Amino acid sequence: MTLADYRKIKPEEATPETPHGPGAHAHPGALEYVQIGVVLAVITAIEVGLYYIDLSHSLLVVMLIGLSALKFSLVVLWFMHLKFDNRLFSQLFVGGFLLALTIFMVALATLHGKLV
Amino acid sequence: MDHAVVSGHQFETSTGIDNRKLLMWVFLASECLFFGSLIAAYLLYRDRSVQGPYPDDLFDIPFTSVSAFVLLMSSVSMVLALASIQRGDRRGLQIWLFTTAALGILFISGQAYEFTEFYHHGLTLDRNLFGTTFFVLTGFHGAHVTVGILILLSLFVMTLQGKITQSESLHIELAGLYWHFVDIVWIVIFTLIYLIQP
Repeated sequence: MTLADYRKIKPEEATPETPHGPGAHAHPGALEYVQIGVVLAVITAIEVGLYYIDLSHSLLVVMLIGLSALKFSLVVLWFMHLKFDNRLFSQLFVGGFLLALTIFMVALATLHGKLV
Repeated sequence: MDHAVVSGHQFETSTGIDNRKLLMWVFLASECLFFGSLIAAYLLYRDRSVQGPYPDDLFDIPFTSVSAFVLLMSSVSMVLALASIQRGDRRGLQIWLFTTAALGILFISGQAYEFTEFYHHGLTLDRNLFGTTFFVLTGFHGAHVTVGILILLSLFVMTLQGKITQSESLHIELAGLYWHFVDIVWIVIFTLIYLIQP
């Protein structure tokens, strides 16, 4: 991405709802936030329910990690507004997250740790 | 130079993005590495203890599930606080900020209770590798939550004094980013540490 891409919105176009520099979009309203909150609560309930169901360990792990990743993404994209804000923020955060994930996996592999 | 228009002020930046928000995201990216290392350390050492107690002996999943739910709902109230100030609703901002801080205090109280219970069952920081890595990981997370609560209460007092207006919503947004990050760290901890047992 070039510097010019960050400048798609002129400064005078920014409002309290879009105060995040060039390339940003309006944030969702309160109703949408509440809907996301309900979805997060339901996913948490499903996670806990799965814990008590007699599933094979590997299937349980895959499902729990998948649901956790979904919750993580919903919070980051909607509540932290990465879906709506300038892409530079996404690049910074995803960069840090992937670096952390790499170190995490290398540490586990090197020291013969187990994820599950 | 482009201008970033935030909080009623204009700043000249090369990207047109407010530097304070950019700094917060850089900080959160670095925090990923911090917590990633602590989680990796826990997973490496949790089942290498030569003496108990072990995770299976101590974890109370129903209790921790309620704690996780409380922190998740605090994220909802936090983002509702931001939505309130962005539409100029100062009363709504006060209510949701206070709600978020209260839920945070409830979460940290639950963690204090959990730590106390574990201590009474013989788990200490130097008892075994599980105790060391567990307390360091969840303790640092709890410290982050505590800092977040202090920030929220400070903002709440500032709103009561009329020091935060609609044009200064960035203050709330930055606090929200920090708070949501603390929440997503717990989402990961809850799954990898509590729900998934070796």
